[in-house]
Amino acid sequence: MSTSQGLRAWLLTEEPTSRRQARMAAWYKGWLTLRSNTLAMLGLMVLVVLLLAAIFAPLLATHDPFAQDLGQRLLAPGEGGHLLGTDSLGRDIYSRLLYGARISIYIVALVVMVAPVVGLIVGTVAGYAGGWIDVLLMRMTDIFLAFPRLILALAFVAALGAGIENAVLAISLTAWPPYARIARAETLTIRNSDYIHAIRLQGAGPLRIVTQHIWPLCISSLVIRVTLDMAGIILTAAGLGFLGLGAQPPSPEWGAMISEGRKYILDSWWVATIPGIAIFSISLAFNLLGDGLRDVLDPKEGQS
Amino acid sequence: MADQNANQTGGRLGPPVPLWARKSLATVATVAATLLGLLFVTFMIGRVMPIDPVLAVIGERATQEQYDATFRELGLDQPLLVQFGIYVGDVLQGEFGKSIRTGQEVTTDIARVFPATLELATLGTLIGVILGVPLGVLAAVRRGSWIDQVARFVGLIGYSMPIFWLGLVGLLIFYGILGWVAGPGRLGIFYQGIVEPITGMILVDAALRGEWTVFRNAFSHIILPAALLGYYSLAYISRMTRSFMLEQLNSEYVTTARVKGLSERHVIWGHAFRNIRIQLVTVIALAYANLLEGSVLTEIIFAWPGLGSYITTSLLANDMNSVLGGTIVIGTIFVGINIFSDLLYRFFDPRAK
Repeated sequence: MSTSQGLRAWLLTEEPTSRRQARMAAWYKGWLTLRSNTLAMLGLMVLVVLLLAAIFAPLLATHDPFAQDLGQRLLAPGEGGHLLGTDSLGRDIYSRLLYGARISIYIVALVVMVAPVVGLIVGTVAGYAGGWIDVLLMRMTDIFLAFPRLILALAFVAALGAGIENAVLAISLTAWPPYARIARAETLTIRNSDYIHAIRLQGAGPLRIVTQHIWPLCISSLVIRVTLDMAGIILTAAGLGFLGLGAQPPSPEWGAMISEGRKYILDSWWVATIPGIAIFSISLAFNLLGDGLRDVLDPKEGQS
Repeated sequence: MADQNANQTGGRLGPPVPLWARKSLATVATVAATLLGLLFVTFMIGRVMPIDPVLAVIGERATQEQYDATFRELGLDQPLLVQFGIYVGDVLQGEFGKSIRTGQEVTTDIARVFPATLELATLGTLIGVILGVPLGVLAAVRRGSWIDQVARFVGLIGYSMPIFWLGLVGLLIFYGILGWVAGPGRLGIFYQGIVEPITGMILVDAALRGEWTVFRNAFSHIILPAALLGYYSLAYISRMTRSFMLEQLNSEYVTTARVKGLSERHVIWGHAFRNIRIQLVTVIALAYANLLEGSVLTEIIFAWPGLGSYITTSLLANDMNSVLGGTIVIGTIFVGINIFSDLLYRFFDPRAK
């Protein structure tokens, strides 16, 4: 008890004695603000559950997600020991949902590793370099921004061939421009601050300034935007899966599962409805968490 | 960015060039650059396709001579830049090539399917505006009240719900269980071919020709997908209206107006709302553009014979000319609406001058 009290006091001190303490304290205060936001915590909890479900899918699943049993097809939830019923090939929907969580996380993780990074590089280079490089890069960004996203993703997938990796690539290609805009705006405000001038006088080159001193300050705005965009990414991925351009059967991707259940919607509502509820919960969770994070990291925006 | 650049160039030319001319020129340059970029991307997509464009034209069994002749005919022996030039020239003349699937010119196909999408998106936007604007204004005026919570909730759901799933559930409930609306498709089979097309939008045509039974049937088909799309634009429009209104209501002139003793209604609609009209129009324009695109998944669910269905079906049939043609059309409209809202801002907002 006393150590946790000591840790709390150490984190909440008004006068941090080291850089690490100051940084940890800022994180801790942010966490306290976030914790007081019930909806954001709810979102976080849903995401933690999703993560656990994905990790422990083999333990939690009651059936093999790929095992077909035509004698047991289209069973209603609860029938024959199938918690959420079975689909048109007699596969257990509950088990497929669990394994589908892995695919969702995989897609989200891949997009998050690509799109914001590309946006960050383009935006900071444009903002810091200025001049014709800025004009060129921003014009390129505007072109991609002016594109209808889903249609562009469709065209990309058409060119590259259907599949999860190509869907991820297509989504990333359409998702980076807003991040570039944000990173550029941040860079423009930071570029002329005194500490950047000071570092430059000390002889730091552009690469060092951008990567060491500008990037860290762009991160928080990007994190908010990424979290809020996550819902859109999940919905686009599910949409591509639904159209048959994302994950291919028999993969238990949620969008593809809805597509498979579409034919039976009037008689066996659960086949298409249940994966939809899963998609909805996850993107709602990301939206709630994103709103909460915005309140923590960017109090000014959160007010309006 | 290009605007600033053009303004600088204009500055060097000196005062004789009037401001509006410089601005218009900058806008034209922006539009041209963006559209060229759009074409370049679609061109590159067409080039990296794993499908051989020559074989797509002549078929698998052609001889080597036929292959080479078509290869040259399509300009594939030219450098990439020249090919791009030919491509831009074709597109500017409205030629997207022939559709492999339908055997017709892509332009003809698009002209046939586009009115259906336009009809759906227009009705959807109307629903979104009629419900979304008042909701946003009320939420801002009664900030923190139950109506504000409702607006927030509506927005959150709208941003989190997969549209194709909501469409399926809507069909299940309103068509399958309640039987309130007609099922997928645009018109019941007994009503087809009665109304001679004028605009291609069945609701408008039926009304113009006075065929009210057809109108009713068409309405019962369109209302569910339109309401669905309307809900999505409602989520966006109400959220933006709320934040615009809050900004106005927090400014000093509103306080002044209240201190002067103006009625609350006058303050809200006569003062605050008047000032967000231009912002609102741009938001509505963007919502409209989004619906044109967002209708892709909705059209699939409701078997709506519009541009979205056309692109997707072509895609699954590897009919690249149609896909790229459709992409260019939607992209161009998208860019057009963006520029339009930008111009609106510039010409009607005194602060931008």
